[in-house]
Amino acid sequence: MHRRPAPRTLALLLLSSLALVASGCGGASDSTTGAAASTSGTTKLALVAYSTPQVVYDEVVPAFQRTSAGRSVGVTTSFGASGEQSRAVEAGLPADVVSFSIEPDIQRLVKDGIVSSDWSSAPYHGLVNTSLVTFVVRKGNPKGIHTWSDLLKPGVQVLTPNPFTSGSAKWNLLAAYGQASNAGKDPQAGLAYVKELLTKHVKVQDKSAREALQDFTSGNGDVLLSYESEAITAQKKGEKVDYVTPADTIRIDIPIAVTKTSKNAAAAQALVDYALTPPAQQVFADWGYRPVNPTVLKANAARFPDPSGLFTVDDLGGWTTLNADLFDVTNGSVAKIEEQAGVATAK
Amino acid sequence: MSTPAVIEAGSTGGRRSRARRASEGTPAVVRPGRLSIGIVTLWLSLIVLLPLAAVVAKSLDDGVGAFWTAVSGRQAVAALRFTLIVSLIVTAINALAGTLIAWVLVRDEFRGKRAINALIDLPFALPTIVAGITLLALYGNSSPLGIDVAYTQVAVAFALLFVTLPFVVRSVQPVLLELDREMEEAATSLGASGWTTFRRIVLPNLVPAILGGCALAFARAVGEFGSVVLISGNIPFQTQVASVFVYKQLEGDAPVSAAAVSVVLLLLSLAVLLGIRGLARLGARHER
Amino acid sequence: MSAERTTRYGLRTLALAYLGALLFVPVGLVLYRTFQPGIVEVWASITTPAAVHAFQLTMMVTLIAVPLNTVLGILAALVIVRGRFRGKAFLDMLIDLPFAISPIVVGLSLIFVYGRTGWFGSALANAGIQIIFSWPGIVLATIFVTLPFVVREVAPVLREVGTEQEQAAATLGASSWQTFRRVTLPAIRWGVAYGVVLSTARAIGEFGAVSVVSGHIAGQTETLTLLVEQRFQNFNIAGAYAASALLAVIALGTLLAMTLIKPRKEHA
Repeated sequence: MHRRPAPRTLALLLLSSLALVASGCGGASDSTTGAAASTSGTTKLALVAYSTPQVVYDEVVPAFQRTSAGRSVGVTTSFGASGEQSRAVEAGLPADVVSFSIEPDIQRLVKDGIVSSDWSSAPYHGLVNTSLVTFVVRKGNPKGIHTWSDLLKPGVQVLTPNPFTSGSAKWNLLAAYGQASNAGKDPQAGLAYVKELLTKHVKVQDKSAREALQDFTSGNGDVLLSYESEAITAQKKGEKVDYVTPADTIRIDIPIAVTKTSKNAAAAQALVDYALTPPAQQVFADWGYRPVNPTVLKANAARFPDPSGLFTVDDLGGWTTLNADLFDVTNGSVAKIEEQAGVATAK
Repeated sequence: MSTPAVIEAGSTGGRRSRARRASEGTPAVVRPGRLSIGIVTLWLSLIVLLPLAAVVAKSLDDGVGAFWTAVSGRQAVAALRFTLIVSLIVTAINALAGTLIAWVLVRDEFRGKRAINALIDLPFALPTIVAGITLLALYGNSSPLGIDVAYTQVAVAFALLFVTLPFVVRSVQPVLLELDREMEEAATSLGASGWTTFRRIVLPNLVPAILGGCALAFARAVGEFGSVVLISGNIPFQTQVASVFVYKQLEGDAPVSAAAVSVVLLLLSLAVLLGIRGLARLGARHER
Repeated sequence: MSAERTTRYGLRTLALAYLGALLFVPVGLVLYRTFQPGIVEVWASITTPAAVHAFQLTMMVTLIAVPLNTVLGILAALVIVRGRFRGKAFLDMLIDLPFAISPIVVGLSLIFVYGRTGWFGSALANAGIQIIFSWPGIVLATIFVTLPFVVREVAPVLREVGTEQEQAAATLGASSWQTFRRVTLPAIRWGVAYGVVLSTARAIGEFGAVSVVSGHIAGQTETLTLLVEQRFQNFNIAGAYAASALLAVIALGTLLAMTLIKPRKEHA
């Protein structure tokens, strides 16, 4: 009993030295990316964005800091699921610049007075890049998937995340709905397609786009509905997938905005402006995101062919209407489809 | 069982006399005073009660009617029922397997035992996404072991068994280590079989620990989210667990119904936990 | 005696088979995938500035949350096992509840209380204190999800060991504190040790609750598990595995440290 303190002290020492070693390593740059190396800058900005474009901002932000406008600006970055990020800003996460994967996530902040209601009157309608909904398939496209009707062939298994937990899945279903409804003119037909797709060909509904891709690369399913940018990034990162762009598909719009609550609005605006300049837009293009800057888009036209039947979310009636009609978690059409399907299969 | 049994055997006055002694301030045994009770109450209130109260308050933001609508929807009911059932099954398996593992780790001797003992806690330390990917790789459709349970309800149970593995093991282990072996030896020398000795002498002493571990495992299973969602496929009405359903409500800008479903989940868990506690008390009485 | 032997081997086989399927194979796969790219790559990916910072933050949060939960957990165990007062059953029940809530809701509930529009939101803002989306929020969430462990590990042991020895010590004139330190604490040491080990493992591995209150600010509020998620998101699977292996090492280190604390096995 009297010898007890010795080993205890030893263990405590061990623990505390571990902690010391840990804190001793401090002082290193605190960014994942090297981007925020200059949190020492006099002006500080916080960029809060949805998860996938991190690879892009990892290059764009340091480049911005090399420009005259960005020289003394320290930028902290925060990436995560779009809805979570938006709710975090609503709940008080400091943000000067925000970018989300769907417009409703910006609208939430407009409602809260954090983002100005005229955010879309900015250049390029407040967008920073666009993308398309595409079909990710296995190398060589063994099932010969080219059109939306190919997805409904017997035995074809389609992966798309759950539309109620993933913004990306909403785009996927909007594309499916839009192409079948003649760009929104025949909602009945659109919903019929979505219903058949969801009930007969989509079994698994992963939580997020990234998890759905993981699911796909681990061998499940024949087609994954995904952003063109995701498919290209995945290929660049060495995933063995191909992708097919259907003739009829939706243009995915990615908004960016400066917050009204920003204490450094001028610097924040400078960052957004920089993201729209040709060099920054080229970085977007390199990672598979379609630039909004027309010159840069033209320069990369070979990589981004225009599908003949491209439509936009406004063609279908706009986000506010669609989000309520289709994706309301209890009363939306998609919720009803899911509900009916579930009742049919549940024992 | 054991505490009262041990002491009351010696002092005829039993509980009452001990209580009196404590109140008179005799430092007979280490007994929490008013201050400790106050500190613990304050601590629990601050850390647990306050946030929980916030959830309950939020769930009633739109009135009782909205609360009921949120929790009585078909999908909500399906998710709640499935979560409850699968958690109970997982808890039962844990009770058996956990006790067995603890027994083997304490009483058996073999090479590599210490290493195995060290690994038990890892399911907690591994981030849920990694657990999810690993389980999918092992027990999904490209399983090297030839076991494909992905996107079935069995998969959910599998993932939950993984994340709840340490609970019962770690709560039984310390009790088993402190257990007086004289009684067992006496029983054996009187000719009792190993099983009889275990059932009559050892098990009664382990019951509180087993049930305590079960309570934790059950609660964790009910609330688990990350590790389950990938391998379960998150199929509504089939493998969608309640916490994913809650997440869905949140994403759908329905925090009130998310809170409502959480509150119901909490109440159901509370009922099960009370049941487990009741079992423990019953066991203790039976013992005496 | 051969029957006893058969039983022993049988039980051992059964336990090992169960552990094999549920623990060894998955953990083995994680290790395999971690070191598949080579040890140099693993080292490189756990020594990036982001990884080092995430490691520091995780350690800091753990070193605040676990000791607090240990001291108060032992106290709480004493209170619920030996205390006699009204409302004890309620306190007892409260202890398990942190687990029964989905981690996401745990995070959310903290936002309801401490967030910008939460109960104490404006008061905190006026005082210039940021809890949510800063490290105090992460600490709170971690304390919440690890609260039950020490209590639940210690309570059954406390019941099991009884009070005989303490009474003996008291008879010999020991003060309450002496009795606690010399008799009670050594008796419950295994319970405390496993409680600490489990708390640590859970504290470093927690994702859901922490994710909600962290704000994911790179280099500021990103813990190791959040880093794992972020690397997974960015197709850096090898990096995600490497960071996970680091978490496993911390957990194993804690267990080792706890074994050092209590080397004596003889008791009673």
